[in-house]
Amino acid sequence: MALPQKKLDATEARLEGLSLPGGAAWARAAREAALDRVKAMGLPERRDEYWKYTRPDTLVQAEVPPAATFDSDDGPMYEGIDRLKIVFVDGKFDEAASDDLSLEGVTIERLSAAAEKDIHWAKDVYGVLEERGQTPVERPLAALNTALAEDGLLIHVTGRVSKPLNLVYHHRSETSDAILHHVIRLDEGADLTVLENGPAAARFNKVMEVDVADGAGFHHVRTQGRDHERRAATHIFARLGKESTFKTFTLTVNGVLTRNECVVEMLGDDAAAHIAGACVGDGDFHHDDTVFVTHDAVNCESRQVFKKVLRNGAKGVFQGKILVKPGAQKTDGYQISQSLLLDDDSEFDAKPELEIYADDVACSHGSTSGAIDEEGLFYLRARGVPKEIATDLLTLAFLAEAVQEIEDETLREELVGRLDAWLQRRRG
Amino acid sequence: MLEIKNLHVGLEDEDKQILKGVDLKVGAGEVHAIMGPNGSGKSTLSYVLSGRDGYEVTEGSATLLGEELLDMEPEERAAAGLFLAFQYPVEIPGVGNMTFMRTALNAQRKARGEEEMSAADFLKLVREKAKTLKIDADMLKRPVNVGFSGGEKKRNEVLQMAVLEPKMCILDETDSGLDVDAMKLVSDGVNALRDAGRSFLVITHYQRLLNHIQPDVVHIMSEGRIIKTGGPELALEVEENGYADLRGEVA
Repeated sequence: MALPQKKLDATEARLEGLSLPGGAAWARAAREAALDRVKAMGLPERRDEYWKYTRPDTLVQAEVPPAATFDSDDGPMYEGIDRLKIVFVDGKFDEAASDDLSLEGVTIERLSAAAEKDIHWAKDVYGVLEERGQTPVERPLAALNTALAEDGLLIHVTGRVSKPLNLVYHHRSETSDAILHHVIRLDEGADLTVLENGPAAARFNKVMEVDVADGAGFHHVRTQGRDHERRAATHIFARLGKESTFKTFTLTVNGVLTRNECVVEMLGDDAAAHIAGACVGDGDFHHDDTVFVTHDAVNCESRQVFKKVLRNGAKGVFQGKILVKPGAQKTDGYQISQSLLLDDDSEFDAKPELEIYADDVACSHGSTSGAIDEEGLFYLRARGVPKEIATDLLTLAFLAEAVQEIEDETLREELVGRLDAWLQRRRG
Repeated sequence: MLEIKNLHVGLEDEDKQILKGVDLKVGAGEVHAIMGPNGSGKSTLSYVLSGRDGYEVTEGSATLLGEELLDMEPEERAAAGLFLAFQYPVEIPGVGNMTFMRTALNAQRKARGEEEMSAADFLKLVREKAKTLKIDADMLKRPVNVGFSGGEKKRNEVLQMAVLEPKMCILDETDSGLDVDAMKLVSDGVNALRDAGRSFLVITHYQRLLNHIQPDVVHIMSEGRIIKTGGPELALEVEENGYADLRGEVA
């Protein structure tokens, strides 16, 4: 089908002058196929149904809107946690700042190096999960990423990894346009925790493909950095085997535009997928969580829990879908998205969807938008808690339900501590 | 301690006067009771004093130790020493009871220019106060008032009072929803806080609470005014004859 002229023009403008990175045959083939997908789909524009609530133009345009870097005095995250640190600066791997990449139970390679090898396991995953995720809904920015990404990590997990991998993304250049593509493959029974933090770049396009084999477990916690002007379009594509576990949580504070897509396919029986996020937006802030969970096996459980606190004209979006395919009996699907609007200028758009083709399932979804609880606020103030602190206490309490989705207590406390500190600093 | 002069209060959103000239003076260390029928303005008085939104003061003043309360934010009133024990304590999911009390205490201390209390000292203080009110560790850990029974909520109010050590305590129908045992527990908690430097204003429908918390002075409120003031015997009179007689007497 021919693309509308406007879309065609925008797509061509973005691709103009770009050449695909080289590499071995499998990598070149994956990139060329992805580029063909981009050309066939066209890049998103505001009239696309899937982009109804989020304007994609600044994510698509060739020129990167500049974003000032933000000097936070927060100090590094996860300091108290034994972890393997891998640093990227404006989307480029920084070997000197990173730990040694050898760790028992896992092999970590750079995409650029692995793509040169004629035979590589990543052939079966790189761009493969992304392509699977293109139906029934197109995600052209992910295909663009597969085509153009030069850096990223290929992580092969063969056992239970003793400590988390911590991917740290620094943003140093005001016009950096980073494209990172990670591929994570977990063998049967393997287990890995990935922690991501940092703003990454002025504009960040990230894809993470996660292939979780039978009985394996993948845990993911990320924070997206506090640079006000940064933009990000991220995708996670996960494929889940039998009795596997996939858990991801994202905390977003600040950022002028964020679109986080998470696409999960449950292909093995008795698997569990938990996708959660909390965000705090103030002023020029637009945050979009777009989730698509497909149940294509028996007795799988999925949860989507998203909470947003918005003020001073901040906007939040949630598009979440649970698709239960024929035969996916005993599916337990749950989805909740809630926003706390601290003033009348802020906005939350939610589009929860269920599509069910099996008859023995339990699926529920809910979405709410509300103001702060005035009764609770007065009660706190009547006990001497100043209004701003009382508001922050209620804000934290509201976000707690999403943060609770983080299984590990140490990580959970780290994130609550961060949130608390950020709210305190905001109060001055 | 507390001095209310000619207080006129209406609702902000509708043209309705609720308090029509309340005068009241509570001296240091005194316990005053306000009794009155439904709709007489008792709860409004407690809300206006504590600074709840939705009311408009059209005339009069209310001072605590000489300071005008009505100009202050609710949190400033609390720091100045005012405490309202709510008729319906609010449930706050997600905020732990201990966090709540510690934040409140330290905010008040900070506002008064005092040093904040350490977590360890605070824990010790709360444990000690909680014990006498038979509040267990679980209630302290749970979110504020969430899932508490009526009696637990009221005990939690008294615990906050004990921890925050206010100068002027207003108890708004603290007896509502309490069985006899709970009422005794709550009253004992309040009585333990009676002190020469602390005053109480006990708002209640019924005389029975005043058997447990014995007042020095009893006021009868009706249609937005205090229509009669007397000693403890006035409460017994109301109990026997109802409010109708008193209203007739004044008219």
